[in-house]
Amino acid sequence: MFAAETLTGPSIPWFTLSPLLALLIGACVLMLGGSLLPQWPRGLYGIVTALSAATSIVLCFFLWDNLSDGRPETIIGDALAFDHFAVLGTISICVAVLLASLTTSDYLVREGEDGPELFVLYLSAAIGGIVMVAAQDLIVLFLGLETLSLALYVLAASNRRREESQEAGLKYFILGGFSSAFFLYGIALIYGATKHTNLGRIMETLSSQQAFPRNDVLLLAGVGLLLVGLAFKVAAVPFQVWTPDVYQGAPTPVTSFMASAGKTAAFAALLRVSVTALESRVDDWRPVVWVLAVLSLVVGSVLAVTQTNVKRMLAYSSISHAGFILLGVEAASHTGSASAADGIASAMTYLLLYTVLVIGTFTIVGLVAGRGDSASNLTDFRGLGRRRPALALALTVFLLAQAGMPLTSGFVAKFGVIRAAVETSSYAIAIIAMLASVIGAFLYLRIMVSAWMEDAEGQDAAPPVPFLSGLAVTAAVAFTLVVGIVPGWLLDATRQVITLAGR
Amino acid sequence: MFAAQAAGGSALSFPILTTLVLVPALGGILTILTSNRRPESTKFVALVASTVTAGLSIWLLSSFETADAGFQFVSQHPWIRDWGIGWHVGVDGISLFLVVLTGLLFPLVIAGIDPHHDHKRYLGWMLVLEAGVMGSFISLDLFLFFLFFEIVLVPMYFLIGGWGYDQRVYAATKFFLYTMFGSAFMLVGIVATAVLAKNSLGYVTFDLVQLAEGAEFAASSGRWLFMAFAIAFAVKVPLFPLHTWLPDAHTQAPTGGSVILAGVLLKLGTYGFLRFGLYLFPEASVWVRPLFLTLAVIGILWGAIAATMQKDLKRLVAYSSVAHLGFIVLGTFAFTSQALTGSVMQMVNHGISTGALFLLVGMIYERRQTREISQLTGLQAVAPIFAAAFMVVMLSSIGVPGLNGFVGEFLILIGSFGNARWWVVIGATGVILAALYLLWAYQRVFHGEPDEDNKSFAELRPREGILLLSFIAPIILMGVFPKPMLERIEPSVKALVAHVETNVGRGFEFEKKDIAPVVHSGTNPSETENKDDEGHGG
Repeated sequence: MFAAETLTGPSIPWFTLSPLLALLIGACVLMLGGSLLPQWPRGLYGIVTALSAATSIVLCFFLWDNLSDGRPETIIGDALAFDHFAVLGTISICVAVLLASLTTSDYLVREGEDGPELFVLYLSAAIGGIVMVAAQDLIVLFLGLETLSLALYVLAASNRRREESQEAGLKYFILGGFSSAFFLYGIALIYGATKHTNLGRIMETLSSQQAFPRNDVLLLAGVGLLLVGLAFKVAAVPFQVWTPDVYQGAPTPVTSFMASAGKTAAFAALLRVSVTALESRVDDWRPVVWVLAVLSLVVGSVLAVTQTNVKRMLAYSSISHAGFILLGVEAASHTGSASAADGIASAMTYLLLYTVLVIGTFTIVGLVAGRGDSASNLTDFRGLGRRRPALALALTVFLLAQAGMPLTSGFVAKFGVIRAAVETSSYAIAIIAMLASVIGAFLYLRIMVSAWMEDAEGQDAAPPVPFLSGLAVTAAVAFTLVVGIVPGWLLDATRQVITLAGR
Repeated sequence: MFAAQAAGGSALSFPILTTLVLVPALGGILTILTSNRRPESTKFVALVASTVTAGLSIWLLSSFETADAGFQFVSQHPWIRDWGIGWHVGVDGISLFLVVLTGLLFPLVIAGIDPHHDHKRYLGWMLVLEAGVMGSFISLDLFLFFLFFEIVLVPMYFLIGGWGYDQRVYAATKFFLYTMFGSAFMLVGIVATAVLAKNSLGYVTFDLVQLAEGAEFAASSGRWLFMAFAIAFAVKVPLFPLHTWLPDAHTQAPTGGSVILAGVLLKLGTYGFLRFGLYLFPEASVWVRPLFLTLAVIGILWGAIAATMQKDLKRLVAYSSVAHLGFIVLGTFAFTSQALTGSVMQMVNHGISTGALFLLVGMIYERRQTREISQLTGLQAVAPIFAAAFMVVMLSSIGVPGLNGFVGEFLILIGSFGNARWWVVIGATGVILAALYLLWAYQRVFHGEPDEDNKSFAELRPREGILLLSFIAPIILMGVFPKPMLERIEPSVKALVAHVETNVGRGFEFEKKDIAPVVHSGTNPSETENKDDEGHGG
């Protein structure tokens, strides 16, 4: 064996990693405790998951505070970045775990399948996501991506009794495998072009103009493939085809987790890679992002309108939301402008707000869909306003927020990215986005019409609202309205994410 | 939320404008929270909230400084500092009467019109709507205005969709999407205004007064920005060819919704042109003048001709709105103080008379379950008082001297004649057409012998009479004695005209004497306005 003493590993700042560790401990407890102990009391698996996510969030606040005193830095031998950006991304993902685990718990109890497996998968997906958010090296990023994706494939297929769920899992797995391959190939090509996988090193190499040719085919192909891989994960058009089927087929709480945590992780990775490593190549990737954004906005909104299944509608609407977030990425690409940083801040704010919104919406959809997760057609929402006024009201708040109505968090999110786009003089895309949101509004109106203005024939049963789901919905509504009415504190906080480590 | 701290006002230290928004908003929430088992408590809460708002608006009217052209009762607090957004509210002569109209119209609608089902939600949405409309009229911050302008959609959408007639969902959705389409441009315009103004101001702000007085835009960007705002307002007014949502929304809305829609909601568009078009982008609004004058005239004629051909009485009134609002836009883009004063007055007039017309049509529908003109005949014989009330309101809508409609229309026409002569000449035929379609409708519905179905048409009930009287009284009062109103509107309008003229560098007034002293003394009227603001700003 090699002499162990010659291999000095990098120093590991354990406290900085504590949010990850909290999730990991939670996952281990669930896995071991779940298999060694007899069936836990109802709902306890979910509560343990929620607690470890909550712990993680609290730890994030401490880290945030530490960061505000210190400087962003890279840790563990430049493998991970420790900056406000990563912490905010971590918070978003943990919020997703927290809310989704509450609703999943009720879902599993309803389906009679209460067990630790889904929660362990949530936690490991979240760990993968957090690694993606913080990854400062393309290989680490890939590790995070695979951890997240593998967990999500299984989660999508987790309902053994529904064929759609199996189909969703398989579809997601095959297409996701393709996208991972693209992504990995992209890493390989970028490594071939720059001799580095570390984002900071790549940035340095690329910005030394004389040393590095302007139009290196290897590099451009690598960047292209990398973008394909990430665009697949964020469900941007034209890499969106899996989204409707997977969102519809997966168990509803899983869909909500996929739409929130998955998107946050992939977008954060996209932002970090593109504005650090590829900073000097903005002119090359900006047009790609522009096209992705416009296509996602338009295709997402237009196709959403023609759907009759609410989960499918929301899948398309999530594509359109991805377009909005890409608006922020596009703004961030104008590195010459002083406002480019607003693009990063607005995209990350959007992700956090959308996380809460989308989980809230899908939770209600899941509650209405009822046992077997089957009744998610538009017609199943008829008369919800009469059967469950409070639930319908919460749904209305979420839908109005997704449509970007003022006094909700959705407006704050939209306003942020539109402002970033306008500041960087991207007027065309800003107007396209707003028009797409008008088309999108029609979709949310259709659901509201169903819930409030159409009466159900023979559907008098009010969907039961279990405690934990009710709690999650209430918290999400409160957050949506509070941020909508007093967004100042959040904006002040998210302004700080613009300084990325190693840049 | 918005800390209602002490704010300066011309006569009041009490933040009355903030209260005007908060009372209905809180009333709306309280209404929803009342018990289902006690419907009378719901109505009570709603009535109290709207009546208190009405009282406050009367108080506002009485404490308003008549000769002051600037913003009064200003209250200003930072809200989202990071974005330069503040809670900045105030009224001047242009918005004063719209605020009062809003304050008075809502309690009447809440007290007088029965929605038939789901009272609690109906009243809750009504009050939220009132808060939104109030907020739009008093906002002096672009972001704040957009927020209220947009939030108004939600309650109106639910009111039309929940309590309207057969095609209600279609009409409500159309209304929502059309207006949101306009707002899409306006939001980008608002953000771009603030961002571009940073070049001349040095900081980002959404404050209307600071932007209008301090910011300078390149001519081309000013024009783009104006157009972005104008699309939103043109949809809301509605101007031809963006008017097609209006007949549907009006026809399908419940009576209360129609009254509010015609009474105050449409005014958001015409008011927006004055406050955020002319004031903010004087150069651009002069540049687009021919376009908007033309669209206004087309609207007048189109609305009038379409109204003539309607078979449905409510649709007829809806199209007459298109025509009337065309007049208001015509006056707005004439840029003379007379025409602008007429426009502001006509906004209020139209709110009262068309609101009352919708009310009357609603009463007819209640009695006959139809609004088809061909189904109605000879109502005058069975319900003479009802017919008389209809006649007065209709004459006001036509613009017969002695009633309010005449004053506004006359001021618009005479004020625009000097510099928009041919548009006025064509537009004035709209006055004649108005007489045609309304009188013809009256003739078909009220004259003749009542047939079997119409024989049992019930006469005006006392409660309905009181309700109508509260519309007819101001119709007559404002027609006979418009001076108190005009003298409050005029100073602000003159300041606005002067603001446009100094920014554009040419005069529009037909009678030069109005602006001559201003020009010769060399004072900048916008400075006067600024000074006033500081005087009242908190």
